[in-house]
Amino acid sequence: MPTLKVNGRKVTVAEDVYLLEACRAAGVEVPTLCNFDGLEPWGGCRLCVVDMSLAKWDDDWFKMVTACNHPVEEGMTVITDSERVLATRRVVLDLLLARCPETPLIQRLAREHGIEETSYELNPEPTDCILCGLCTRVCDHIGVSAIASTDRGWGREIAPPFNEPPPDCIGCLACAEICPTDHIKFTTSNSCRTIWGREFEMLRDPKTGEAVITKAQAEHFAARSGVPMTYFETSDRSKRLEVAKTVERLRVVKS
Amino acid sequence: MRIESKDQFAAFQAQAREREAGRKKRVLVCCGTGCLATGAREVAEAFAYEIAERGLDVEIGLGVKSTGCHGFCERGPLVVFQPEGLLYTKVQAKRVPEIVEKTILGGEIIPGLLYKNPADNERIPAYEEIPFYKNQVRVAMRNIGRIDPTDLTDAVAHDAYAGLAKALFEMTPDEVLDEVETSGQRGRGGAGFYTARKWRSCKAAPGDRRFVLCNGDEGDPGAFKDRSIMEGDPHSVLEGMIIGAYALGAHDGYIYVRDEYPLAVVNLQAAIVEARKAGLLGENILGSGFDFDIRISRGGGAFVCGESSALMRSLAGKTGEPRAKYVHSTEKGLFDLPTVLNNVETWAGIGAIIHHGGAWFASMGTARSKGTKAFSLVGKVKNTGLIELPMGTTLRHIIYDIGGGVLKDRPFKAVQTGGPSGGCIPENLLDLPVDYERLTEAGSMMGSGGMIVMDDRTCMVDVARYFLAFLTEESCGKCVPCREGLKQMLGIFDALVEGRGRQGDIERIETLAAGMQLGSLCELGKSAPNPVLSTLKYFRSEYEAHIADRACPAGICRDLTAFEIMDDCDGCHVCFKACPTNAIEGTIKELHVIHHDLCISCGACLDVCPTDSIRTFPKIELAVREVV
Ligand SMILES: Cc1cc2nc3c(=O)[nH]c(=O)nc-3n(C[C@H](O)[C@H](O)[C@H](O)COP(=O)(O)O)c2cc1C
Ligand code: SF4
Ligand code: FES
Repeated sequence: MPTLKVNGRKVTVAEDVYLLEACRAAGVEVPTLCNFDGLEPWGGCRLCVVDMSLAKWDDDWFKMVTACNHPVEEGMTVITDSERVLATRRVVLDLLLARCPETPLIQRLAREHGIEETSYELNPEPTDCILCGLCTRVCDHIGVSAIASTDRGWGREIAPPFNEPPPDCIGCLACAEICPTDHIKFTTSNSCRTIWGREFEMLRDPKTGEAVITKAQAEHFAARSGVPMTYFETSDRSKRLEVAKTVERLRVVKS
Repeated sequence: MRIESKDQFAAFQAQAREREAGRKKRVLVCCGTGCLATGAREVAEAFAYEIAERGLDVEIGLGVKSTGCHGFCERGPLVVFQPEGLLYTKVQAKRVPEIVEKTILGGEIIPGLLYKNPADNERIPAYEEIPFYKNQVRVAMRNIGRIDPTDLTDAVAHDAYAGLAKALFEMTPDEVLDEVETSGQRGRGGAGFYTARKWRSCKAAPGDRRFVLCNGDEGDPGAFKDRSIMEGDPHSVLEGMIIGAYALGAHDGYIYVRDEYPLAVVNLQAAIVEARKAGLLGENILGSGFDFDIRISRGGGAFVCGESSALMRSLAGKTGEPRAKYVHSTEKGLFDLPTVLNNVETWAGIGAIIHHGGAWFASMGTARSKGTKAFSLVGKVKNTGLIELPMGTTLRHIIYDIGGGVLKDRPFKAVQTGGPSGGCIPENLLDLPVDYERLTEAGSMMGSGGMIVMDDRTCMVDVARYFLAFLTEESCGKCVPCREGLKQMLGIFDALVEGRGRQGDIERIETLAAGMQLGSLCELGKSAPNPVLSTLKYFRSEYEAHIADRACPAGICRDLTAFEIMDDCDGCHVCFKACPTNAIEGTIKELHVIHHDLCISCGACLDVCPTDSIRTFPKIELAVREVV
């Protein structure tokens, strides 16, 4: 288990983790926007940059790397608040604030880094999308890949293929829930859910009548896992009630 | 015929050389993309027709050979006559009967077709005597223009696969590695990483399957060295890759070719088929027991696909987007397996290094940059084209002796090297020996070897803006500093050239540039500020003039520049005809004037004025004049 020094503090972490985890273990907060535990790191937002020096390098030689995807190594020294690290984070946030001037999360992070107003040209069409890629990655992760990033450079956008309601979408809301800025809009009622321009039929719990899951999602999971559909349409409340009843029955039998 | 042993290869080589020796008289027609565009195919066909018609093939053993690019594309189609070594430029098919009659049969030189040296207007008959060629030393491009790229026998007659035979039969894989290390060769695709070091790191990676890749993406605008090699001598690329695979113990290779290079794909494909048939590729190569095969993959069409991690993703069928890689691709590359990726020119040099020895290669060049390097010399220079020179050659030698100097003998201002993310080098550094270190120290880079010469009629702010615009289009958009940073940087430059610059812009540029350099994910974003920072370093006053004075000192930025005709105008009326908006008034032999309200500051008049009687001045002065 490698031991590292983060801002002067020693930490020992597991072999196969990234610097971000070592920083957290040392109680040092590193801001991130495109990272999510359980998804492969992506390295797109560049907010998590830190200065890093390997044991074999000269003491004053540091390389700037992203903490979210750089593997840990025995004897590493990490500095998360050097002048150039903070300057680089400021540039990243300054740029994001120009892109997303009305987005609370970005406003807050920028303010925390001393930026009240962007130094750059304001986006004439403000958006909440920071292009962190979390939505497309989580969609890939569950094996659906209904949405993707299209176009390159400044024109990059997250969209379903051909900008039409995505045929592969199962309406699971993973993308909307993972989105750090709540950019992805959806509605859910007792009978119907809408997202990405599509409407999904909801399955309702046979006992309680509450909407639980879209039919498409239940089918997707059922097909992949072999678990019967009925399992998915049972709401959590229903399941709890079921458990409670069983306990009650046991108590009756016992007494 | 399949070659199955060392001796059989030697016999094939001897045969090929004998055939070549027997074919003394040859007309070599350059059929590179440049010359094809100006009618080379028709010229080659016309020669073939004339020769057949007159029975010259039988009578005097004359043949035509379509070769790869001679490098001097601007003067194409080029035709070389052997054994005399006579070069004709700008040859047209309709003149072929005359050429055959006079030159081939009559031994008479047609002066009008000879190359005219722009330095002294002398016509030079011999190919080898032309300064553009005389000063070159060709390693990677050794056979381009000499061989028919679609004829394996011809290539072998010119030493193709001699290095491979030596490697397979006289050297162990480790000896091959040592030889490459001795050569000191560094990658020719940009970063200049030592070839041997890369190979060793791949070889040391665990696992028994590894890949050998060739980067033929060549996305730099204006660059064409890799295309010329793939088109003109595809066997040199295959040979290098086979040798590399042998050294590494790899059995699968891919060549990633830019989609816009159809001829390169065709010639490489044909070479692969021929090499397989001859037993030079595939199973049990030359009977040595070593197996290796190569496939071609057509590129995704974006500049960023040339970046190694993006290229490997694209090869694996995913989007060509860079991946943050703190694990080297030599360990986890294509399909997460150990992979070596080298540039076309790097691979093309390997066969020669093994054939002639690493020490021979290392005897050329500078302390840390060995051997020769291909450059594409373009811009405001008299001789443009593709050249190969020993590392350490000075910029002055390249631009003045080989390039013949600045076009129209205007003053030299800067040379931009290294492709879109390279930098501009000013006149006082013209004696800089060109190698990896020196170019980097000067704020530029080797990149793929592009060189754009610029004269005094160049605005450095505008130049930086041009490269920013290219990179903004090509950024993949994955990471914030590059995607948003380039967009904002371009916005600042748009403002500068349009006279909307503000105090503090230079500082904003510098802060943003530092953030992009340190923060971007891949080398595209990291190096994108180079054109900005190098022009800022050497031409800062031009930036200041754009901001503080609303003036473009070079008189290029249209929104800042006005034109006027000076008193020494002799009324030749040429500018009158050149002006697209009829803003010029004047009768012949009398002083002409420009009407500022109609002038769009395009500079067409200035470019054509034979007496240099047109001057530029800051547009802002016009307003002052009106007030006075
Ligand atoms: C944006 C970008 C574009 C690149 N394009 C090319 C290219 O077209 N051809 C190439 O050989 N290398 C290109 N490279 C460099 C490659 O990443 C890689 O370093 C090179 O192919 C390695 O080969 P070498 O060591 O023989 O130079 C590019 C790099 C970047 C960052
Ligand atoms: S630096 Fe530019 S090209 Fe490279 S990953 Fe970031 S956005 Fe893409
Ligand atoms: S969290 Fe590391 S780059 Fe976004």
